[in-house]
Amino acid sequence: MNLSNASASLNAILPLVVVILWACALLLVDLFITKERKGLTALLAAIGMLASLIITLARLDLEAVVFNGMVTVDGFSNFLTVLFLGSGIVAVALSYDYLKRMGLEKGEYYVLLLFTVSGMMLMAVASDLIVVFLALELLSIPLYVLAGIATPRLDSEESSLKYFLLGSFSTGIVVYGIALVFGATGTTSLAGIVDAITAGSAGMGLLVAGAAMLLIGLGFKVALVPFHMWTPDVYQGAPSSVTAFMAIGAKAAGFAAILRIFIQAFPALSVDLTPVLWVLAALTMILGNVVAIAQRNIKRLLAYSSIANAGYILLALVPYGQSDVAADSVASALFYLLAYAFTSFTAWSVVIALEQVEGKGLELEDYAGLSRRYPILALTMTVAMLSFTGVPPTLGFLGKFYVFRTLLEGGFPGLAVIGVVTSLISAYYYLRVVVYMYMREGEPQAIRDPWLYIAATASAICLVVLGIFSQPLFAWASQAMLH
Amino acid sequence: MQTEQWLYIGVFLVLAPLLPAAAILIPRLIAPRKPNKIKQDTYECGMETVGETWIQFRVQYYIFALVFLIFDVELVFLYPWAVAFDVLPMFAVLEGVLFVAILIAGLVYAWRKGALEWR
Amino acid sequence: MIPDIVLFIILALVAVASAVGMLFSKNAIYSALNLILNFSSVAVLYLILGAPFIALAQVTVYAGAIMVLFLFVIMLLGAERLRRSETLPYQQPVSIILAAILAVVAIYALLFRPLGIEAASVANPDFSSPAAMAEMLFNEYLLPFEVTSILLLVAMIGAIVLTRKRQRRVQR
Repeated sequence: MNLSNASASLNAILPLVVVILWACALLLVDLFITKERKGLTALLAAIGMLASLIITLARLDLEAVVFNGMVTVDGFSNFLTVLFLGSGIVAVALSYDYLKRMGLEKGEYYVLLLFTVSGMMLMAVASDLIVVFLALELLSIPLYVLAGIATPRLDSEESSLKYFLLGSFSTGIVVYGIALVFGATGTTSLAGIVDAITAGSAGMGLLVAGAAMLLIGLGFKVALVPFHMWTPDVYQGAPSSVTAFMAIGAKAAGFAAILRIFIQAFPALSVDLTPVLWVLAALTMILGNVVAIAQRNIKRLLAYSSIANAGYILLALVPYGQSDVAADSVASALFYLLAYAFTSFTAWSVVIALEQVEGKGLELEDYAGLSRRYPILALTMTVAMLSFTGVPPTLGFLGKFYVFRTLLEGGFPGLAVIGVVTSLISAYYYLRVVVYMYMREGEPQAIRDPWLYIAATASAICLVVLGIFSQPLFAWASQAMLH
Repeated sequence: MQTEQWLYIGVFLVLAPLLPAAAILIPRLIAPRKPNKIKQDTYECGMETVGETWIQFRVQYYIFALVFLIFDVELVFLYPWAVAFDVLPMFAVLEGVLFVAILIAGLVYAWRKGALEWR
Repeated sequence: MIPDIVLFIILALVAVASAVGMLFSKNAIYSALNLILNFSSVAVLYLILGAPFIALAQVTVYAGAIMVLFLFVIMLLGAERLRRSETLPYQQPVSIILAAILAVVAIYALLFRPLGIEAASVANPDFSSPAAMAEMLFNEYLLPFEVTSILLLVAMIGAIVLTRKRQRRVQR
């Protein structure tokens, strides 16, 4: 590696470099911004991500393998980079007023947000297990801190500690998996692993064990059953603006790693792994949706909903070993992630609008009568709930449709039936929120912050409009092939 | 050649405990012994000892230790850089400088936030 | 060759003894000191295996910085004065069974090599010298190297953000 090919390498990951350098600069600039003007830090953070987003959008068809094959920029990574940066910008919009209301204004909040986004972007381009590990750490550590940023509040500290302990545990499992894969193949690069398998020099027993470890460790990150136990407590205790971002960004990044590692490096192991994925997906959908019914706290309800959604995304991966379906696997998983991101942000921005200090305003009863006093919030929440359920013409419906179609192509009708049945079950608790908002009497309290309203209504409108005109979006996801 | 270098360290490791051991043993053999209460007190830089030996430390120590740990890890990474400094190309040297620069940003941050002050 | 084996046996005994000592000492401080001894003897084992850089990292980071952190935490919590807390009732039998399983599997794996693990090849003696490490670190692993420094920076910010608040609460 010398100066010229290093600069070519850096150029390929320019959006990532911009976010990281911007974060370092913001860390120092923030020291000179007074406590009353932290809005400036928020604005600067958003500008940094916007600049990076513009660079990414300007070079959407960029493809490159750089840093000695450790980084692969392709359609897949570009799609996810746009998703991560978009989520980061929305997260800033959701956070600013919320932090002010809760008395949590700290400049580090936005710096850490930038760092976690950069970790996610690194995950999207990682094509070497070492880089996967570093990206996992870079996206997780800021999230542990963000979960505990309301620190004298006990539930926030508990959330941070639980997330940290379970997160380190899962990272440990991932590292162990990487070590086993390295032991089996003598390399950590995904391309090298494929070469070792085709050359027949890989120890298959060790390799399967390593792949299983990777699946378990990353399964913790994306909250697959039975690795989901931390999710409800962490989501409930963390500040809502952090939870909203965590539910989308961390999940999407975890799936980015799973998709790239399994589809690129381990198709040869599909005989062993597909049954495991089948069971994991079924368990996740069933448990997530059934337990969600019992939840009265809206943050816990959305936590279980996010577990269930992880199950639906995993569905897309079940037939990953069949080379003719693999392309659809990637496309439908990416499309589902996008639909999930829009839906989640819509729902969470309404939750943030209703939350009061001291964790009040988070029970289902607090939503009673919302349609009278805050018709716009009630309508956007309704759209989100319909999209989570999978009612046409929302984006959520198309997400599920494409996932189920991939599953049928791969020849797993049984699992598709489980998916449809659990979706029907989920309608009960999603629509119960709508019933409370429209048919019960109550005196709900919500704040009127322009940024929050813009984020909520814009993503709700996107859910419907992109749901109706979804073709270009899905075409984009289909082009986002792995290299 | 490599093993010989480590041999030196081995010799030092053997010699190192001998010096303090000698310093303790020789007076014990030749010095007269007349103990009284003051002589048997715990010696703490000439000050009179106050309270118990096991006391609760302040949180401040912990923050220092955390910051120290981070710079310690940085140091480990710089070790190969320093060893191969003369054979590395200019570009690799710049990489090391960037590595340090990023952590200096952290140091400036810690400083300005008062994490290094004793309160 | 023979001195190597003698050295190994001595170090292994020290490592095991200090590990046992760590588990059984009543005072948390003595446990920590035993752990330092354990880390140091393992570091010399790395040296025998021809990995001086790892040995150095083991001493600097584990036996050095991390143990400083451990000791501060013990002193901070006053843990050395805590009574031995009641253990979980099922803990001991479970740990014995698990340890027995580990021993059986490890012996089986080492003696019969069912997974087709090749005997460890003797690495090129210069392979893991600090200079060779530098060659690798600054060429092939350039990106991970720089990302590591970002990671350390983030860890530092996190530590300061989370502890600064706590301090203020203590002062009140």
